[in-house]
Amino acid sequence: MSEWLENHLPKVVLAPSFIAVLIFVYGFIGWTAWVSLTRSKLLPKYEIHGFIQYERLFDSPRWDTAINNLYIFGALFIVIAMVLGLLLAILLDQKIRVEGVIRTIYLYPMALSMIVTGTAWKWILNPGLGIESMVQGWGFPNFEFDWLVNPDYAIYTIVIAAIWQSSGFVMALFLAGLRSVDGEIIKAAQVDGIPTWRIYTAIIIPSMAPIFLSAFIVLAHLAIKSFDLVIALTGGGPGYATDLPATYMYAMAFSRGDIGQAASSAMIMMLVVFAIVVPYLYSELRAKND
Amino acid sequence: MKRFAFATVSTLAVVAGSSVVAEPQAEVLHWWTSGGEAKSVAVLQEEFASNGGTWTDMPVAGGGGDAAMTALRARVLSGNAPTAVQLKGPAIQEWYEEGVLADISNVAEAEGWADVLPASIAGHMMCEGTWCAAPVNVHRIDWIWANADVLAANDIEMPTTWDEFNAAAEKLQAAGVIPLAHGGQAWQDATVFEAVVMGIGGPEFYQKALVDLDPEALTSDTMVQVFDQMRTMRGYVDENFSGRDWNLATAMVMNGEAAFQIMGDWAKGEFLAAGKKPGEDFLCASTPGDGYLYNVDSFAMFEVEGDDNRAGQELLAKLIVAPNFQEVFNLNKGSIPARTDVALDAFDICAKISAEDMGTTSAGGSLLPSYAHGMALRGSQSGAITDVVTAHFNSDMSSADAVQQLADAVANSY
Amino acid sequence: MTDLSMPQTQTRSQSATGKIALRWLLYVLLGLFALYYLMPLFVMLTTSLKSLEEIRTGSLISLPREVSFDAWKTAWSGACTGIQCEGLRPYFWNSVLIAVPAVFLSTLIGALNGYVVAQWRFKGANIIFSLMLFGCFIPFQVVLLPMARLLGMMGIAGTIPGLIFVHVIYGLGFTTLFFRNYYVTIPAELTKAARVDGAGFLRIFWSIFLPLSLPIIVVTVIWQFTQIWNDFLFGVSFSQAGTQPVTVALNNIVNSTTGVKEYNVDMAAAIIAGLPTLLVYVVAGKYFIRGLTAGSVKG
Repeated sequence: MSEWLENHLPKVVLAPSFIAVLIFVYGFIGWTAWVSLTRSKLLPKYEIHGFIQYERLFDSPRWDTAINNLYIFGALFIVIAMVLGLLLAILLDQKIRVEGVIRTIYLYPMALSMIVTGTAWKWILNPGLGIESMVQGWGFPNFEFDWLVNPDYAIYTIVIAAIWQSSGFVMALFLAGLRSVDGEIIKAAQVDGIPTWRIYTAIIIPSMAPIFLSAFIVLAHLAIKSFDLVIALTGGGPGYATDLPATYMYAMAFSRGDIGQAASSAMIMMLVVFAIVVPYLYSELRAKND
Repeated sequence: MKRFAFATVSTLAVVAGSSVVAEPQAEVLHWWTSGGEAKSVAVLQEEFASNGGTWTDMPVAGGGGDAAMTALRARVLSGNAPTAVQLKGPAIQEWYEEGVLADISNVAEAEGWADVLPASIAGHMMCEGTWCAAPVNVHRIDWIWANADVLAANDIEMPTTWDEFNAAAEKLQAAGVIPLAHGGQAWQDATVFEAVVMGIGGPEFYQKALVDLDPEALTSDTMVQVFDQMRTMRGYVDENFSGRDWNLATAMVMNGEAAFQIMGDWAKGEFLAAGKKPGEDFLCASTPGDGYLYNVDSFAMFEVEGDDNRAGQELLAKLIVAPNFQEVFNLNKGSIPARTDVALDAFDICAKISAEDMGTTSAGGSLLPSYAHGMALRGSQSGAITDVVTAHFNSDMSSADAVQQLADAVANSY
Repeated sequence: MTDLSMPQTQTRSQSATGKIALRWLLYVLLGLFALYYLMPLFVMLTTSLKSLEEIRTGSLISLPREVSFDAWKTAWSGACTGIQCEGLRPYFWNSVLIAVPAVFLSTLIGALNGYVVAQWRFKGANIIFSLMLFGCFIPFQVVLLPMARLLGMMGIAGTIPGLIFVHVIYGLGFTTLFFRNYYVTIPAELTKAARVDGAGFLRIFWSIFLPLSLPIIVVTVIWQFTQIWNDFLFGVSFSQAGTQPVTVALNNIVNSTTGVKEYNVDMAAAIIAGLPTLLVYVVAGKYFIRGLTAGSVKG
């Protein structure tokens, strides 16, 4: 008996988590898929009505905006946060005297939720209260920074705040990566007289490929889940110009009592996640099995 | 229905048998969490306590109750519903249809609610002929607030038609004053919109378009005119209005930066808190046109276990509609009592206007529910309309397109 | 170590002045970025120290004329979050009661899972791991309603154990990922040798792996603590009177729809609610980078 236990202990240890994930992730996705086929309003109903909710979803101009915003926001946020994170990590890796302090300053936004910092950002970005009026007050009356209140540009202010929150974390990832690059190779390159920027582009950065992947996954998951940010900063406005799928879904499920519609939008969101994550998992686990 | 009958019987049994024994208890979910609002609820809690009840507070603020509704759904699904919930408009009937609301008819009948509430407001508290919610107050939505000094300095009277309003706005703009203080949040856009619908189309049109959702009314020329007026008013708003909280807009009127604001009567609380006097420092009037748009806050009782909880629901319902609470609460909140037999001596001039208009419009059939504040329509319909209204106001969409989108959105919302 | 500053001295093409200028440029650049990151905190801090009168009349981005800590006192123990006006204090304690056990449990389970997946591979272990990892990406709005139903069935709806349960479940994906990536870098020979010596599954974990795990434990704890402490959605949905976490109370203070806004109290409350996570980052930030370096990011 005890020998059986000893042999199967790894499986026994993993089993509860596995079961939990089956129920609380996949079970719930299945539940959502089911509800997305119903006409659930205030509370979930289980009578199937076909694809009516998906038809409604694709007929909704607001959902179009939300999906477009996800592309714009997701692409800009991931690319800029990565580039900025890498840049900061390289700058910080040059034997900076007060590295600890600066690192903490770059990293702290990750510690605060957007419920906390949203109001401050709202003020800073508001043209009448924040940067625009401040710079104008310094004697530049033509200075303009009105993105927050401009329906065409408001989504970019969301990007600014999102980058503020997450780029420090990406920097930490890259900094850790820089610190674990093999010093001998670099020394050798320096002895050969290869210029510094070449060392970075040809040796160091390529060797950090797995970190790019990790950073991408962390950022992609933040982009898709971005919710607090929009609610705190613009409330989805002006109009619904800064709506994202997550806020669309929340609005449908909880302020409008349209759970079927919310479920269908959630399923589309899950599809997007699936398309991003599955290739990653595939490559990740294949590499590990070598 | 069976479940419902059971509830009735059991609540009656509670009142008959054990109301003396059971100690009233109530867990109350609401979203009145700060300043004047919180104090107003505290009045109820004190009365509840002095009648032997134990009040457990469950406040969830945010988004005009969105967060509270999220919490409510989770609580109901987990079989752990709060005893009493701040709930209003057709949402009451929606929850009733899910079979989770308790019947409080015996309290309502014993207290004679039907005799003291205006008929259209009483209608919101009834579910299939039984009483299922208790009204707290009546907020009027179609108010226009103004800075008295600014109007006097520019020789402007409170407008009584939208043309007058536009003329006044042009004049103010020429004088360098922002004509309309407005916050660009969807619900605020909707608040202005419904006042304009009521003002330009009249109460009957309002009823057809925003209560009955008649497709003809939604695509009519009148609706095109309404959107034209919205576009005109967009020009009277300052550049930085997007996302502004309503109270900051009120502050702009207060300090003379702007002249008018269209907002429900909670804006009055902001003026009063800053030490401004109604009729002297600031003026209140109904927005141009006839009719009265109301937003009635109310509490619904959910089906719960236990005699003490049921006793709590009965006591709470009774206290909420009792004259004393109606007076004290509404003095704090800026609204007026839902019952018509409360003396208004302690109330200010704006509240008196509101109460008088409520009486006359109730008799004339133009006392109408506010769509923007969730009194007229179910969530998915009113949300669909608001999407179009706010998209139009915040872009250069033409009125004709807006009307078409409005009809499509409503059709797509069922 | 990418020690690049030293060989620069050997580079002939760069003059000494050019190097100093570069150095200055570097510091200016770093300083500018620091300003960008500090700006919101600056606004919050200065606003929290101003009087309401000054906020109404003055510019929002300016130093306070008169420093006052009243708003902080109100936010901590006097602000109304409903009819109770006890400030954030009672809710703060709820958050501690939720976050500490949830962080502990999810870290422990994550460590065991990571240990199994990395070192005791059995057939299908990788599939289980990827299924768990995918769970990291599920938007939390999706799970609210079915979760509420299940919590109700389990009889822990609205309780602190219920909230702990939810946070542990949805933290598992990330904690398992962290530990698995860390343990993968430890040579499998170590486990094999220990088994030859007769040590069992738990024994190896306890005396070999756990002592090696400090850096990754720090990373996991920081990550989980931040997520759980800052959570609002679960906190608001799965709590009831008496179990609401601090984020819900903060929201009640900050997000009133029809009340008078006290921005100084709002900001002070916001900073107080964020203090524990800030503190964790400041104190443990150093170990955070070290922990990441030690392997969790090697993928």
